[in-house]
Amino acid sequence: MWHVLLSRIQQGHRTAKYPKQAPTLPDRLRGLPVLDPSQCPEGCNECVEACPTDAVRFDEQGLGLDLGRCLFCQDCTNACPEGAIRFTTEHRLAAREREALIIRGEIQERVQALDQKMLSLFQRSLKLREVSAGGCNGCEADVNVLGTLVFDLGRFGIQVVASPRHADGLIITGPVTENMKLALKKTYDAVPEPKIVIAVGACAISGGPYAGHEEQHNGASSVVPVDLYIPGCPPAPYTILDGLLGMLDRLGPERLRAFTEAAKR
Amino acid sequence: MSATSLLKLANGAAVPLSKVPRLELAAFREAIISGCKRDRRVSALFGTPHADGLALYGVLADDAAGMLECAWTVLVGDEFPSMTPECPEVHLFEREIAEQWGVVPAGHPWLKPVRFHSSYRPGHDAWGRAQDVTPLIGVTNFLRVEGEEIHEVAVGPVHAGVIEPGHFRFQCHGEHVFHLEISLGYQHRGVERKLVGGPTKRTIHFMETLSGDTSIGHATAYCQNLESLGGEHAMPRGHWLRGIAQELERLANHTGDLGALAGDVGFLPTASYCGRLRGDFLNMSAVLCGSRFGRGLVRPGGVTFDVDEVRLEDLRKRLEAGAKDVTNAVQLLWAMPSAMARFEDTGRVPTDVAAELGLVGPAARACGLRRDVRTSHPYGIYQLTHIPLATLDSGDVYARAYVRWLEIKRSIDFIRIQLGEGPRGGIRSECPPPKPEHFAVSLVEGWRGEICHVALTDASGQFAAYKVIDPSFHNWMGLAMSLRDQQISDFPICNKSFNLSYCGHDL
Repeated sequence: MWHVLLSRIQQGHRTAKYPKQAPTLPDRLRGLPVLDPSQCPEGCNECVEACPTDAVRFDEQGLGLDLGRCLFCQDCTNACPEGAIRFTTEHRLAAREREALIIRGEIQERVQALDQKMLSLFQRSLKLREVSAGGCNGCEADVNVLGTLVFDLGRFGIQVVASPRHADGLIITGPVTENMKLALKKTYDAVPEPKIVIAVGACAISGGPYAGHEEQHNGASSVVPVDLYIPGCPPAPYTILDGLLGMLDRLGPERLRAFTEAAKR
Repeated sequence: MSATSLLKLANGAAVPLSKVPRLELAAFREAIISGCKRDRRVSALFGTPHADGLALYGVLADDAAGMLECAWTVLVGDEFPSMTPECPEVHLFEREIAEQWGVVPAGHPWLKPVRFHSSYRPGHDAWGRAQDVTPLIGVTNFLRVEGEEIHEVAVGPVHAGVIEPGHFRFQCHGEHVFHLEISLGYQHRGVERKLVGGPTKRTIHFMETLSGDTSIGHATAYCQNLESLGGEHAMPRGHWLRGIAQELERLANHTGDLGALAGDVGFLPTASYCGRLRGDFLNMSAVLCGSRFGRGLVRPGGVTFDVDEVRLEDLRKRLEAGAKDVTNAVQLLWAMPSAMARFEDTGRVPTDVAAELGLVGPAARACGLRRDVRTSHPYGIYQLTHIPLATLDSGDVYARAYVRWLEIKRSIDFIRIQLGEGPRGGIRSECPPPKPEHFAVSLVEGWRGEICHVALTDASGQFAAYKVIDPSFHNWMGLAMSLRDQQISDFPICNKSFNLSYCGHDL
């Protein structure tokens, strides 16, 4: 009994002051990539050829990078002779629309809040069921960690629950393997309406490194409609938390201001 | 059949394919069966297409001598006498060969699909299914116990926690479990087939996501193969940083497991402290390379990120703070009689069963088996500095938990010493492309146990076959056996005490 209390004192209070204080992130974190197409030498295609998942492309709008496919591996930046692509430590990456994940030269705020009706239902209480459908346990681990006392997801009214019947929505990880497709569909159907689907990680958004394999379905949107995309391989815990809170409009105008400041760095 | 006809190979070495002896099928079987009777373990047994039928490759580990023994054979027909009745540890290897290549290991006592996919050789199917019939996941002949008041509990693939999918069937009498059958394959995403023809630009990313919590372990096993096939050693400083990263991976996962075990018996102080500490150790990996899982760190020839004195000092401070708190958090658990009452004598796997099933890693060491690749087949930094082997012999949940605690302490000691000073020089050498028609085996002690990668290159130096054996592949049957004659309510702690990988098994 006493040693439990003494231990409690030693372990201290560990819950981060987020979102009031910005999170402390590792200096080597590979967060939001920034593109500078003006640096691209004529006819150079090195980054496109180096990318393992076809996230980097040249199209009619010029150089683009699809965060939904990106593994944040730096194979493109290592291949680029001019430094036209660089990764910043900006952790805020989530978006409500698939198209908004494709970044160009400009940086924009991407995650939009739910509409008023959905906010009135879920802003202060959101129960989610997680389905791993071919995930490697990286995204699953970084969803799980939000439940630890550092992040304390419960203080935002968000909770991962044991049954889809008790849930307001799904968190999906993994590329959706053929062998999990039916189970995912059944789990989705078991969640009462209205419901939210959150795709976490490159696999759940696009198939990630497994895109194109016949054993999987290139992500969650092949089976269910997706309301929030959280890129990364895996996304950092704060990236996931930012996406969830941004969707619930829990971060306020401060978030946008911080975002534009980060983009200037 | 004498053992001398097998090729002896050191961990992390490559030889021309022509040096690997081709045996007659009977001699190949005999080599594996008699090898297992002489304290060898089966590290790999797999098939790959051959002009005359199906080539079967076998790799035995001789832990006492620190050597690997390799041979191959060609199977001409669609059937071969199963080795499982005489050598149970190959049971899943034979099931995998049957499913992938459509050959029947005749006499196999438990011949069921492993990952529920169609045969990779059109026209050959171990169960005689038509070519256009796609196997349905989880549809197989599960073992059923019949009798009055016997009931079946089926769980999964979607579980209550944030974990990967798998299907578990318990044959119960009241709370008492007679048998647990585990049926996986839900995570199958077709990795091994896509490794053939590599290395490609995706290969290293497959390696880092074979089992995402073992990114460093699998990437290291792969890079050792590429280095031996290319004929270029990794830089000493690269080996040093890989070693630190690997022990950080072990430290983080073992800490998380102890927390999860405490949580499953409702002892929340250790559960919540260890949950936080796991993150702190993962964050040390992020200090090294930006990724909490060590993604992007290990590459052929060495590593991609160096550390300067400032970063080393940051890591030292984090390690000491973590070491102090993890000791405090875990000691609470051992001092709590009600938690210990749940751990002790629960989910016991007898030593002889563990040996027969070929268990690896902490699960094997908790049964008194001295199996640790870092000690028996040392590679990289472990060739220069040794980590003492941690074993217990009770084989229960307590032993599997306590072995993890011993390993946490030893990993902390190891990292502390390594952070003192490392080899100077570059971190990464230029790794030439793999030599054509070569054979390479690489073993790494991941945090769950032995990771084995076997590479075969073709005439152009591309992978003709690349076999991955995650430690979970050996250990899932160990979990099933641990549930025999237990209460079904003890399943969560038995499961957590193994904490096996679904995606590493399903590939």
